[in-house]
Amino acid sequence: MATTESTLRFRHRHLLGIEGLQPFEIQDLLDRADGFVEVNRRTEKKLALLGGMTLLNLFFEASTRTLTSFELAGKRLGADVVNMAVATSSVKKGETLIDTAMTLNAMHPDVLVVRHAESGAAALLARHVHCAVINAGDGWHEHPTQALLDALTIRRRKGRIEGLVVVICGDIQHSRVARSNIHLLTTMGARVRVVAPPTLLPSGIDRLGVEVHTRMQDGLAQADIVMMLRMQQERMDGAYVPSVREYFRFYGLTQDALTAARPDALIMHPGPMNRGVEIDGVVADDIQRSAILDQVEMGVAVRMAVLEALTRDRRQEQPG
Amino acid sequence: MARLLIRNARLLDPASGLDVPGGLLVEAGRIAGLGPELRDVALDGAEVIDAGGQCLAPGLVDLRVQLGEPGAEHKERFESAGAAAVAGGVTSFAVLPATHPPIDDPSMVEFVARRARKARLAKVYPWAAVTRGLEGSQLSEMGLLLEAGAVGFTDGWRAIGDAKVMRRALTYARTFDALVAVHPEEPSLARGTVMNAGAIATRLGLAGVPRVAELIQIERDLRLLETTGGRLHIAHVTTADGVAAIRRAKDAGLAVTCDVTPHHLLLNELEVEGYRTFAKVSPPLRAEDDRVALVEALADGTIDAIASDHCPQDQESKRVPFASAEFGVVGLETMLAVTLTLVHEGRLGLLRLLEALCTAPARLLGITAGRLQPGAPADLVLFDPDAPWKVTEQGLRSLSKNTAFEGRLVQGRVTRTLVDGRIVFAA
Repeated sequence: MATTESTLRFRHRHLLGIEGLQPFEIQDLLDRADGFVEVNRRTEKKLALLGGMTLLNLFFEASTRTLTSFELAGKRLGADVVNMAVATSSVKKGETLIDTAMTLNAMHPDVLVVRHAESGAAALLARHVHCAVINAGDGWHEHPTQALLDALTIRRRKGRIEGLVVVICGDIQHSRVARSNIHLLTTMGARVRVVAPPTLLPSGIDRLGVEVHTRMQDGLAQADIVMMLRMQQERMDGAYVPSVREYFRFYGLTQDALTAARPDALIMHPGPMNRGVEIDGVVADDIQRSAILDQVEMGVAVRMAVLEALTRDRRQEQPG
Repeated sequence: MARLLIRNARLLDPASGLDVPGGLLVEAGRIAGLGPELRDVALDGAEVIDAGGQCLAPGLVDLRVQLGEPGAEHKERFESAGAAAVAGGVTSFAVLPATHPPIDDPSMVEFVARRARKARLAKVYPWAAVTRGLEGSQLSEMGLLLEAGAVGFTDGWRAIGDAKVMRRALTYARTFDALVAVHPEEPSLARGTVMNAGAIATRLGLAGVPRVAELIQIERDLRLLETTGGRLHIAHVTTADGVAAIRRAKDAGLAVTCDVTPHHLLLNELEVEGYRTFAKVSPPLRAEDDRVALVEALADGTIDAIASDHCPQDQESKRVPFASAEFGVVGLETMLAVTLTLVHEGRLGLLRLLEALCTAPARLLGITAGRLQPGAPADLVLFDPDAPWKVTEQGLRSLSKNTAFEGRLVQGRVTRTLVDGRIVFAA
């Protein structure tokens, strides 16, 4: 079908980050993902594009939704999917990461999806395997498929990305979601702002091409998109933020805070949400404004598009 | 009596400012004479080396070298470090106390001396710990350690966080006129960080230490020194602000000295791109304007010496995600060639470079080395300052191959190294 096949060659062997992708490449992935959205809504969802291929999900960090999303994406494209949850305790030493990579490599997977608590882990692993590697989140660094699914959500709801005011709020410092989104959205011509308590703003963040704010009111002004980040409980015990209630008071997304944004502003969250911490439950459930469930749906489609793109050359090599 | 004549050389003595064509005569392991008159003489019964116009200088003295003995013998041994040293023109080096067990006891100082004698390559001098177990709380037995042969005190890469401990260390060391060398990073700001803070760390998603951590620690120690007296040495200074603070203190007459590493002189934080763990050092590589300030401070004498900070790490310590990787690079073997880059670029005179590599560190350690002087031990390096070569991991003699200069083209090759008149390395 026309929407899922592209003649464009994807010039990357792996998807380790959004940084470095060209606008046309992002465009192409989003276009293809758009087609998969329709496939996923049918009763007959299964395609054979990755038939005979093996997808390995290697998760060194606990995850439910990302793992499930990749598993579904792989299965709907016809791949054999194996999930490996590796207990973090047994891989404290990084040598095991390379050992694990080489061991798995010997089993000839076609795609390895990896999540790891350390920045750069996916890139390190990619240097030791022959298959395509998809970074499903490495430390604070990148989570490229999350940014792609966010972009697809925005594009479907707003019709475009270019020129939109997108505000990313919360723990910017420790967020790979924030970094991938900043790269993608600035590459695609959006105006990106970050809002966070100054203790959670990494130094030099403005050099990534974003406007920096420390007050919600200023940051949210005339926003088209409000992207909330998950706030880790242990960072609100006085280490970065004095308390949960103080955080919610000044950085929580409430109906009141939202009045600064455009009336049709879209609310997004990568999940899982902490209601009453970074987002008010009422706002999260506002069906008109919240795109949170759309994001989940787009996640599967985007991951199918990425899997398809990374295996395109492989498929063409195959006889018949 | 064995005599060796090195003739047709470019004699370089940073201590006296000598830079002339000439020759040098070695007798019984010591320099017997040197000068233009020996450039082209014949001496009966003397072995002759024709230097072919190459540079003849005092052997390098490396202020800071970490060995793996005891405790991590697979990373570096006395023999391998010695081979690396002499291949790099280093004839004396001082070893850091962060071994297992650490050098915080006179018996450990004696162990170093015994092992170095056995290896018989470069001369090895031990630093001893400032605090027991390098834990930053209780003073080591400084007097006994000095009697056993320690050349000074340092806790290596561990900063002394407790100001009271630092004050007492400086005060107590003054009794023996001993040098106390410190790691200039405020430890609570540095904890958990893996590179320089800034836009690059932010983009890579790595925790960075702000530059001010260095200034805070240096300022603290300088203020303490003002009240205690004694001799303070600040190891591996890396920031423009840190250098400026030291410059002010020197102008005010404080007894402070400092050094810089070849990697901080030649590289900046961009090396970390791609999560290159071989560029993970402590303190971290900084921004380009810091690097430039370090070169200027070395040229104007604010920075006294260059130390390699040789820190061997095996593959298992480096082939891991960046944050988990160990800090450190090897540097004994490349120290001269790499820093000669600054001379070739016209940033530094050759005599000033050699002063920082030979004379100044010898003076700091209080050892007889680092100068071409009749009567002194014939610890010498002969090198071709222009000969090009490429730094490769495979080419290194160190047991560990973690060089930050892999693949780099350098100019300046050691052709012979002599320790006590013995040729211990010949290319």
